[in-house]
Amino acid sequence: MITKGQTGLYIHWPFCLSKCPYCDFNVHVDSGVDQARWCAAYLKSLEHVAGLTEGRIISSIFFGGGTPSLMLPSTIAAIIDKIHALWPCVNDLEVTLEANPSTVEIEKFSAFREAGINRVSVGVQALNDKDLKFLGRKHSAKEALQAIEIASKIFDRFSFDLIYARPGQVPEDWRAELTQALALARGHLSLYQLTIERSTPFYLDHTRGVFSIPDEDVAADFYLLTQEMTSQAGLASYEVSNHAAEGHQSRHNLTYWHYGDYIGIGPGAHGRLSFEGKKYATREHYAPPIWLERVEKSGMGGHPFAPLPAEERFTEALMMGLRLRGGVTLAHLDAQASGGKWRDYVDEERLSRVRAQGWLDYDSERLWLSVEGMLRLNALIPYILKAQPEAVCV
Amino acid sequence: MSHKLQHIRNFAIIAHIDHGKSTLADRLIQTCGGLEEREMTEQVLDNMDIEKERGITIKAQTVRLEYKADDGIVYQLNLMDTPGHVDFAYEVSRSLASCEGSILVVDSTQGVEAQTLANVYQALDNNHEIITAINKIDLPAADPDKVRKEVEDVIGLDASEAVNCSGKSGIGTHDLLEAIVKKLPPPLEGDITKPTKALLVDSWYDAYLGVVVLVRVIDGTLSKGQKIKFMSNGATREIDRVGMFTPKKVVLDELGPGEMGFITAAIKDISETNVGDTITDEKRPCAKALPGFKPSVPMVFCSFYPADASEFEKLRDSLGKLKLNDASLHYEMETSQALGLGFRCGFLGLLHMEIIQERLEREFDLDLIPTAPSVVYKINLTDGTQRDIYNPVDMPDVVKIESIEEPWIKATILVPDEYLGGLLKLCQDRRGQQVELTYAGARAMLVYKLPLNEVVFDFYDRLKSLSKGYASFDYELDGYAPNQLVKLEIKVNDEPVDALAMIVHRDNAEFRGRHMCERLKELIPRQMFKIAIQAAIGGKIIAREDVSALRKDVTAKCYGGDVSRKKKLLEKQKKGKAKMRQYGAVEIPQSAFINALKMGDDR
Ligand SMILES: Nc1nc2c(ncn2[C@@H]2O[C@H](COP(=O)(O)OP(=O)(O)O)[C@@H](O)[C@H]2O)c(=O)[nH]1
Ligand SMILES: C[S@@+](CC[C@H](N)C(=O)[O-])C[C@H]1O[C@@H](n2cnc3c(N)ncnc32)[C@H](O)[C@@H]1O
Ligand code: SF4
Ligand SMILES: [Mg+2]
Repeated sequence: MITKGQTGLYIHWPFCLSKCPYCDFNVHVDSGVDQARWCAAYLKSLEHVAGLTEGRIISSIFFGGGTPSLMLPSTIAAIIDKIHALWPCVNDLEVTLEANPSTVEIEKFSAFREAGINRVSVGVQALNDKDLKFLGRKHSAKEALQAIEIASKIFDRFSFDLIYARPGQVPEDWRAELTQALALARGHLSLYQLTIERSTPFYLDHTRGVFSIPDEDVAADFYLLTQEMTSQAGLASYEVSNHAAEGHQSRHNLTYWHYGDYIGIGPGAHGRLSFEGKKYATREHYAPPIWLERVEKSGMGGHPFAPLPAEERFTEALMMGLRLRGGVTLAHLDAQASGGKWRDYVDEERLSRVRAQGWLDYDSERLWLSVEGMLRLNALIPYILKAQPEAVCV
Repeated sequence: MSHKLQHIRNFAIIAHIDHGKSTLADRLIQTCGGLEEREMTEQVLDNMDIEKERGITIKAQTVRLEYKADDGIVYQLNLMDTPGHVDFAYEVSRSLASCEGSILVVDSTQGVEAQTLANVYQALDNNHEIITAINKIDLPAADPDKVRKEVEDVIGLDASEAVNCSGKSGIGTHDLLEAIVKKLPPPLEGDITKPTKALLVDSWYDAYLGVVVLVRVIDGTLSKGQKIKFMSNGATREIDRVGMFTPKKVVLDELGPGEMGFITAAIKDISETNVGDTITDEKRPCAKALPGFKPSVPMVFCSFYPADASEFEKLRDSLGKLKLNDASLHYEMETSQALGLGFRCGFLGLLHMEIIQERLEREFDLDLIPTAPSVVYKINLTDGTQRDIYNPVDMPDVVKIESIEEPWIKATILVPDEYLGGLLKLCQDRRGQQVELTYAGARAMLVYKLPLNEVVFDFYDRLKSLSKGYASFDYELDGYAPNQLVKLEIKVNDEPVDALAMIVHRDNAEFRGRHMCERLKELIPRQMFKIAIQAAIGGKIIAREDVSALRKDVTAKCYGGDVSRKKKLLEKQKKGKAKMRQYGAVEIPQSAFINALKMGDDR
């Protein structure tokens, strides 16, 4: 649980060397990025936000993207230093960097460590060249293995990402690949099922039937297999797609799922901040050049923000909290219920129905989902919330 | 201008659709100087956009022309362009009743079609003298001799004096005009001294003039300031304008015996002016109304729901506006549990329904959900009474029903020989009873009795696709007959879905029910719990499909930046609730039912 006043800090770097066909993140391919200018903008934006968040303690920093491993180590260093100068930080501050496993970036790992990064998350995605190619990745399986090896030497804490349930992949293929991955992992793994996002090249190809992905039932089998194998290997899931040995969870990401406070900096970054009992959603301008200009002009790259309506706040807390295997504490949910109780928001009859199915359970302290419940999370939440869903598709 | 009956010719132009009726009318108007060349737009008589686009005349139109014939006499020609489709059969019959002759236009590249026949028979029923115009002879594919022979063989008309013409190029126009004055008779009766007696041929709403009434005077006169009476409903009005179309509106002092023209009388509501009614003088009424008056009776029904529930009021207003000009459109508010608020509408026929739907969507910019069309059933109850059922939902309990009667039609289909097999099967599948099968050259003429219920859906489309567009079709109503009809209900998790109920023949029920269940299964997304889709007759389940429960639906990545987006989806889902209906343990998205209706009946 987050101590009062503790706040995560997310920095978004919106550039990549190329755009992967499945990715719908706010990323842009731009070879002429003026690193000095961007560095200055990040620092200025931090100063601006610090003015609004006095008295907070920074509990984690996360450089995400995009491909933040393309940032100059000196930029990273300047940002980390600036944060230390502007806010008090917890002693064991977690500072994560998302990294792509290309040779150039691997060579920068030591410099990143020097700059203050103490955890990396490497975007491996697949361990064979054929699938890497399909996923539009610019690195080879060999480079990925190399990145893992070097990262595990340089950083105490590191994780890597894999995307599974790919076209043509069957659970047995995944079993072999995951076995290999578990042998390479050091404490943390992110395992995502391939999602076909709108407005990506994959979306077009998929709707046109160029390729197909495993159907719902097979996808469920994939998921259950993943749960089983990671548990046996001591890397059980602590969130829908995140696995860790005890004590190795990503503290920064836990802040999201605990619905704690976090600051978002950089184009398109979101934040959630509590002030005087209200929760505020912040949002930075999405387009990199506009964000940059605005920050340069006034220090502020964000949109005006207003407190979240009570219902939305509760929905957010529930939807994030139930992603965790440990579920969400009732005290926390009540705290989001604007003076009421969590059950005011929930349809009792439906709650008991899904409980009888064994998908959800609660005691006097917590509310949590079983693995089968986790598999149905998107449908389950609108189902139990008092207002009902129109259609269940997220 | 001569008021002498001898110099008046009232005639209609009749034709199968697209055989060139409107074009030929344009040519006659132009030749007689009704419009200058520069004023001619194509098909000047088809006023409404939709008429121009679909090439169908919906309202009857008249034009008065002056023609100086070869005999030196100036004749008054009243040309009537009639609505050409069977849906408007009654309107056509009234238009024809106002004339003494017809020009039968037959496309020399196509020959006789189903509507040609239907129209000719109606003209003959009205004792018309008929001039055959073999049209479009400018086309290379024209075969006037063959078509002439067809007219003789298939219709049984003497075509030896048929006029070859082309509405497009103007060939034969003079011959046609001469034939009109020489062969068509002048009005048979007409006495200016008798009490006023006039036929109400058609009427429409004009934003400036109010309702404009098209009339044919039999006896007496109609003039400005005269108090008139509509004999069907006794309504009285004072005429404030009398005139004619040339086709431009021209105000006259009066209309006399044998003449056609229009009157206005500060009438706001078109439903006062019934086609076929007799107009007479209020103070000095005629003794007897003209024969053949029939109030319009809707034959085909369907409901329209606004796709966006907030547009309900707009739909109501729009229907009201259409009704201003279309007394035969009937509508009534209706609520469906699955689709919300809408209107049950009655139409003269399928084309009428399509036109109304198209106008609502196009002119009023509405997105509609139309339910499957149905017909009016007569239910004989065990207590000896009879009830009309306009909507399957209103069917009484089966135990109270003695028998159900459905409307039948007599259909005439003309089809090239090579497609005959397919059409015979289609008619058979639709419970048709063959009345006649004859040949005219390489074409077969089929006469079938068919239940209207089997025709309202996609019969016409199937007919066209089975014959690659070559078959032509026309029908007339043929009374009611009892049959083994049942109400087929579709249930989702044991709850009936009102909008999907239908009345079908017992023999088809299982097939139809299974089909609808299968279709819904494809359309309803998996939910938290299993969904049972059933087709039932009375209490008996005749088909069942299950939508299995959802097994996996979870967002793989959800971090700080994803909260807002994912939550928005959830909120949207929650908001949808107001419109949703719960079926057992789950809600079904309305879109599934909409799509089930949209996909039509692709048996
Ligand atoms: N070539 C040729 N085309 C014609 C002639 N008359 C009509 N058409 C065309 O045939 C189509 C149908 O004509 P229209 O007058 O609307 O037929 P209606 O449905 O009977 O009123 C239109 O495309 C006309 O341009 C003609 O004499 N010759
Ligand atoms: C923000 S991305 C950035 C990481 C880094 N740029 C990279 O590509 O290696 C974080 C992770 O999300 C996952 N991801 C992105 N799009 C995905 C999709 N459509 N389906 C499944 N996982 C996806 C990938 O595993 C990726 O490593
Ligand atoms: S997956 Fe990573 S590298 Fe690929 S486009 Fe997205 S952010 Fe960039
Ligand atoms: Mg026409």
